Amino acid sequence: MNRAVMERSECSARMLSELGLSSIDDLFIDIPKEVRTGGLDLPGGMDELELSRHVRHLLSSNKPVSDWLSFLGGGVYYHHIPAAVNSVASRSEFMTSYTPYQSEISQGMLQALFEYQSFMAELTRIDIINSSMYDASTALGEAALMSHRISGGNRFLVSRAISPERLAVARLYAKGADLEIALVDYDKESGLVDTADLDAKMSEDVCGVCFETPNFFGGLETGWKEIREVTGEKTLVIGANPLALALIKPPGEMGADIVYGDAQVLGVPMNLGGPSIGIFGCRSEHLRKMPGRLIGMTEDADGRRSYCMTLQTREQHIRRSKATSNICTNEALLAVAVAAHIAVLGRAGLRSTARRNVQNMSGLAKCIDSIDGFSAPAFDAPHFNEFVVRAPVEIEALNRSLREKRIHGGLAVERWFPELKNCALVATTEMHTSEDHRRLIDGLEAMM
Amino acid sequence: MRYHQAVYEVPLLFEGCESIPDDHEDDLNPNAIPVELLRTSLDLPDLPEREVVKHFTNLSQMNFGVDNGMYPLGSCTMKYNPKICDDISSMDTVAHMHPFQDESTMQGALALMAELEEMLCEIGGIDAVSLQPAAGAQGEYTGMQIVRAFHESRGETRKEVVLPDTAHGTNPASAAMVGYDVLDIPSKDGCVDVDALEKAISDDTAAFMLTNPNTLGLFERDVREIARIVHDAGALLYYDGANLNAIMGKTSPGMMDFDIVHFNLHKTFATPHGGGGPGAGPVGVKRHLEEYLPVPRIVREGDAFALDYDRPKSIGKVKAFYGNFAVLVRAYTYIKMQGGEGLERVSEQAVLNSNYLKDKLKDLFEMPYGDLRKHEFVLSGRSLKKRGLRTMDFAKRLLDHGFHAPTVYFPLIVDEALMVEPTETETKDTLDAFVESCRQILSEDPEIVRTAPHNTARSRIDEVKAARDMILSWKGYQAKNAHANDGQRSSRA
Repeated sequence: MNRAVMERSECSARMLSELGLSSIDDLFIDIPKEVRTGGLDLPGGMDELELSRHVRHLLSSNKPVSDWLSFLGGGVYYHHIPAAVNSVASRSEFMTSYTPYQSEISQGMLQALFEYQSFMAELTRIDIINSSMYDASTALGEAALMSHRISGGNRFLVSRAISPERLAVARLYAKGADLEIALVDYDKESGLVDTADLDAKMSEDVCGVCFETPNFFGGLETGWKEIREVTGEKTLVIGANPLALALIKPPGEMGADIVYGDAQVLGVPMNLGGPSIGIFGCRSEHLRKMPGRLIGMTEDADGRRSYCMTLQTREQHIRRSKATSNICTNEALLAVAVAAHIAVLGRAGLRSTARRNVQNMSGLAKCIDSIDGFSAPAFDAPHFNEFVVRAPVEIEALNRSLREKRIHGGLAVERWFPELKNCALVATTEMHTSEDHRRLIDGLEAMM
Repeated sequence: MRYHQAVYEVPLLFEGCESIPDDHEDDLNPNAIPVELLRTSLDLPDLPEREVVKHFTNLSQMNFGVDNGMYPLGSCTMKYNPKICDDISSMDTVAHMHPFQDESTMQGALALMAELEEMLCEIGGIDAVSLQPAAGAQGEYTGMQIVRAFHESRGETRKEVVLPDTAHGTNPASAAMVGYDVLDIPSKDGCVDVDALEKAISDDTAAFMLTNPNTLGLFERDVREIARIVHDAGALLYYDGANLNAIMGKTSPGMMDFDIVHFNLHKTFATPHGGGGPGAGPVGVKRHLEEYLPVPRIVREGDAFALDYDRPKSIGKVKAFYGNFAVLVRAYTYIKMQGGEGLERVSEQAVLNSNYLKDKLKDLFEMPYGDLRKHEFVLSGRSLKKRGLRTMDFAKRLLDHGFHAPTVYFPLIVDEALMVEPTETETKDTLDAFVESCRQILSEDPEIVRTAPHNTARSRIDEVKAARDMILSWKGYQAKNAHANDGQRSSRA
């Protein structure tokens, strides 16, 4: 039986009679006959046990990466999430609350979001971080729109070495504002931004320039100084992986005006790609052009430190069609999880996790490179936790045989980068042991 | 006065004092990353897990959710979220799925999503659904992109989206983000003024956006006439699904001749709001707009499901991958739990609770615009002014009684608005207790109300100071303090 709603009970009957009504239908007489439907053509409800069996069975054909070994990345990564993170983020006081409009009764969520903003501001070294966007793809779209608000100009230049998922979303966001997204080529040796191509594409009508570090190929951008120079007065947008930022130079110190990224890597399961959590930040001079919700510190009537949503005049519920974005619902609960994750790992834990990612990357690349016919990494840039592998055969054929060994192989990238024939993007994180690497190598060698 | 929230002064994690030394600084292979790419410092706390758990647990006790009590925020549908949905969505076969996995290894997920699409089609009276949008506003955005693609494919560049002055703020913001000019039309007796609509709609109108029942909780009875006017002008009719909880099984957006509809799974379909998100905002369309839906589409190929990207007329992608899957799983579980009949009972009880509560409150407040409501209703707190109070004061005092406040000052057409949506999951006893609290507040010393809340973690919070100080992070706080200290020093000198 359905337990979320009371059975039509004596209580309901009493309520009806107190309203002077004889039937529930009397409450729907304002719906004209010509638009009435006669109920829903859906099966009857299930009790909890039946339901649990049904959904478990339906999903049992999935092959999660907790079960199969996986080398998939490309913007979404399998990382360890300490039990304490799930424990605090699933507190129902957080989980079942709404947007904290009534700040006095919502201090817990508000402070947790303030802590998220504070942690992310330190990791990225940018002045202001909002309390979340949907994911990195929409954060990039919003960054393109914001660049236009800051610098004018109708062209937004994006490095081609970017996730095709993110690029597709950015293109749609740009279209709404009649912006053009133009791609800057990558250097064929390093896989990093081809600064000569960037220079050639700079013009008056460019509003901003965007690159990611690590980029889609896992490469860390070494040419950021030159990119900053070429970008000049235009808006510089840098995408980052916040786990990598435990080790590498933050975008705020590379001269970014806007930073974005995906905080899924810090405490959020992959969930087949959603929900994820978009990081969005900017320098303080651009604050009023920024999208999304901000939490500020203030005081209550008794002078106690308190938190509330602030600078809401940028937002849709106040400014309507003149708002900086339409975003309302965001990813607040995941921001709490990310804050808890950073706190549980701490500075030392984050740095050692990031180091283990780099070490695993180096180790795995070396092993794959030593297999006859394979080369890895295909690009000579420094890498974080993934890299492109050049194989002597079709990636799909390799992956088919790996699946028989319960391994999700690397991501074939040829469909987006035709020049990277027989290339796969291979990711490895702290989740992998050397035994796991061995299994992949054995699988690949068996194919040769 | 049965409620008292926990009151802590929890320092920021940055202010925590215990520190675990980092003794593994040098084990990074120096060849892996050149030193000029490494950061020189990282200022984050190192705390024992025990301290972190205490921190967040104490914070959670200073937060109010549906699990704590009634949360009658109008237009937000804060119903109880069945726990089984959380259990299922945290299974490995949901949480640990990578979006780039081969289709053959995600058949269960695709089957679930395909069935959810079908169920939403039935509930919405529409022909095709995309689960991709991450939230209601993104659903609207997707809908407006479809509107634009539809008109462009016919060689038309229509410039304007029309909506009533009672619309949610996301409606005009979403239309503007897709490049449309937005035209508000005034309401008449709380509903769309059909004459005003007829005058506003032209061959430059791309779409009319409407919530039905509207934000006053009134069913727009002229909806078919509205649809005729909109369609005769060659424009499309968009349904904001925020208020769908009132009408399941009774009518549907499709039956009302809407072309595009979004669903808020975190409202009608009971997925928790998480303090602001994540949500999910699937979009459905009638057959003639299906080709514009975002890619990929989930298609059946024999016994298996596949992801189809080959849709030349698709608007593209609004969000990476396939939607907020973990939220979709919760909504799927909820719909299966209720079944068709259960969902109709949900709407009936939501409307009964709303009308019952409205009836009990009608002697206490002004109640503009008609009598019969759907899932929510709007009161005016105008009479509070006689006692030197405003609606916000009343709302804050309700917190002291263990009730979250209704939505305040919206919709904009009602002076001192209080928008109340009790949802179907509150009992008669709870509704009666809410009425009793309202009655008490209206008769108590206005000074107590004006200075409310008194029983929450904090007393009235100074939002003006927050906007003036702009302290948005720990670093911002330190900078502000340093500045203040400098100021003190120089004034002493």
